[in-house]
Amino acid sequence: MLYAGGVDVGSTQTKAIVVDEQGQIVGRSLMPTGANVVVIAEQAFKAALDQGEIAEADVGYVIGTGYGRYRVEFGDDQVTEIVCHARGAANMFPRTETVIDMGGQDTKAIRVRPGGDVLDFCMNDKCAAGTGRFLQSAAAALEIELDDLGPTALRGTKPVRISTTCTVFAESEVLSWLGRGRKIEDILLGVHQSIGKRSFGLLKRVGLEGEITFTGGVTRNAAMVAALEELIGRPLNVSEESHYMGALGAALIALERAIGATTGAGEKIAAGEGAA
Amino acid sequence: MTVATPSPIVGRGARDGAELFRDWYGDLTQASARGEKAAYAFVMGSMVELLRSFDMNVVFPEINSLQTAVRRVSDEYLSEAEDHGFSPDVCGYVKADYALQLRGGEHPMGRIPQPSVAVLTNACNTYLKWGEIWERMYDVPMITVDVPGTRGAGMKPSARGFERDRLYVEQQLREAIEVLEEVTGRPFDIDRCRDVMRLTNEMNRDWRRVLELNRNSPAVYDAMMDGTVYLGVANALRGTEQGAAYFKDLVEELEYKVEAGIGVLPAVDNGSKREQRLIFVGVPCYPIFRRFSELFSEWGGVFVSSTYTWFASGGLDVNFDYDLERPIESLAEGLLLGVQRAVDAMLFHDTALLEAIDEFDADGVVYHPIKSCRTVSTGLADSRRQVLDNRDVLCLYIESDMMDKRVVSEAQLKNRIDAFFEGLDSRALRRASAAAGGAS
Repeated sequence: MLYAGGVDVGSTQTKAIVVDEQGQIVGRSLMPTGANVVVIAEQAFKAALDQGEIAEADVGYVIGTGYGRYRVEFGDDQVTEIVCHARGAANMFPRTETVIDMGGQDTKAIRVRPGGDVLDFCMNDKCAAGTGRFLQSAAAALEIELDDLGPTALRGTKPVRISTTCTVFAESEVLSWLGRGRKIEDILLGVHQSIGKRSFGLLKRVGLEGEITFTGGVTRNAAMVAALEELIGRPLNVSEESHYMGALGAALIALERAIGATTGAGEKIAAGEGAA
Repeated sequence: MTVATPSPIVGRGARDGAELFRDWYGDLTQASARGEKAAYAFVMGSMVELLRSFDMNVVFPEINSLQTAVRRVSDEYLSEAEDHGFSPDVCGYVKADYALQLRGGEHPMGRIPQPSVAVLTNACNTYLKWGEIWERMYDVPMITVDVPGTRGAGMKPSARGFERDRLYVEQQLREAIEVLEEVTGRPFDIDRCRDVMRLTNEMNRDWRRVLELNRNSPAVYDAMMDGTVYLGVANALRGTEQGAAYFKDLVEELEYKVEAGIGVLPAVDNGSKREQRLIFVGVPCYPIFRRFSELFSEWGGVFVSSTYTWFASGGLDVNFDYDLERPIESLAEGLLLGVQRAVDAMLFHDTALLEAIDEFDADGVVYHPIKSCRTVSTGLADSRRQVLDNRDVLCLYIESDMMDKRVVSEAQLKNRIDAFFEGLDSRALRRASAAAGGAS
């Protein structure tokens, strides 16, 4: 059996996926990236292999992606996370025409062809407002766990307006709302809406076409999903694998490289029939 | 493909252009040492034919400023101007020039003479405020020619209202001549002006030929990297024997390269891989100029055309020759057409871009909005949408600056450029598959 791997070294977390010849996910892992990128990439990949009980020798091709992709030293090639998220999203949700990926330090809107080829993309620039970092900053200011952000925000009924466009200044704005006696859930709902509006702006720049698939670490936050869906006016494609979408896309591209992009299996994967 | 042995003329344009540029700065340095002054002019609507007919030294502050970035010292100049109260959001060209004036003309390429007069148009709204700085610093006159716009791009000399606009510009030029006579203390010599205009005509014809030659495949020069060298000579030496001779030689070199199939990229020379033919929109990223170019060429990308060679040449690409029988009238027509073309190339380039995509067989368009200049950056997102809706090309939108390296992030640029080329490669595979009868 032939396998292929994708390792997505993000700014906050490193994800690894191993797929089989059919493009099915057989192993995955998720770890905080930390400072030693080379080591964490190796550890994440080995953890994914262990989960799937797969020998490294059976893996035909590995692609590194994410900001640390050039530090995946055991990999065979590197592909940008933009292309990998598009490929992963189109594989999991074959009717995807637009992808919104919200990660630790950047957010990207991507327009894709059927099969996952990138048509156009936009990213936040020079500023982390509208990214997961903005949420981290709010969580730190309010002294609550990241995983509690979404559920808390969903209890909010009267959202505050977060007017700053700067992640650093947002912390002081959050504190000022606390000082004015506003409820934490209303402040957090305002934070989520603020991030949602920034991402919505990116989406509008590439065009709100067809089905929209939400990817990246922030997909685990139900309040963020709800905020985006309210702005867009229709449901987003989200799954438990959305967090791994970049690594999945990398693994699928690796599989195509391993078996040849023009073979039947390659076309099948590109068409999304191999979705896990 | 058979590739001929490269002739010694290959690469001559780059070599001679760099040498001419050094000599030009050398001349300005000597003029400064002799205590001479210079006319300060701008690349869009320079009116250099009038200035040269008075044998004035001509300084282009925009070129001085961008050269501080190319020479990797722009941050020193920008910081100095900001210490004097300029905002980080003010045009980087203005700030670098302001610091240059504070330093008594000290520049990495030599020493720049002080102004005796500032000559400008409304081609860029910053020109007016920039000229006022010299007016205040040196108590020198400022000649401002108000050039009417096209009100939507594409106005031709035959269009209704064009002659009225031309007369409006002509009257202002006649007033400008009177001011220049006062500044220089010499009468206007219309025959000398005709000579300069004739040399500009020669250069213009060759400049248009240079732009046209890159429609060939492989591309014979990179319109962003090499094109900027050509552009520098076109602006600095417009209306001179040297400038006209340079472009005559350049056309000879590029025609030879077309004939011999010599492209910009080595892989393309061997015919092993088709180049990715790109159009550049905006001003280059000068703080990392060479590296910025390499981020594209490493992927097999070559800029076959650039809107920079349209607007920053002051509209030299417009199909127009001065009529030497009626010089002032014709100068007015040339200035009107040139400035309109330059402004349209910044603000209304959608149709021109679609035409260029077809004429140059382009695969993609790279938009480079810059923090320092809203004039060239406004509307690029809309333009990209227009292009994507009308042509099967990919577009890349990357933001940095032409002067300020504090807002240039090479890692961010590289990530976007890499993704752009990954998309271009997929597009090429898809097209090859479709051509072979496979699925599209």
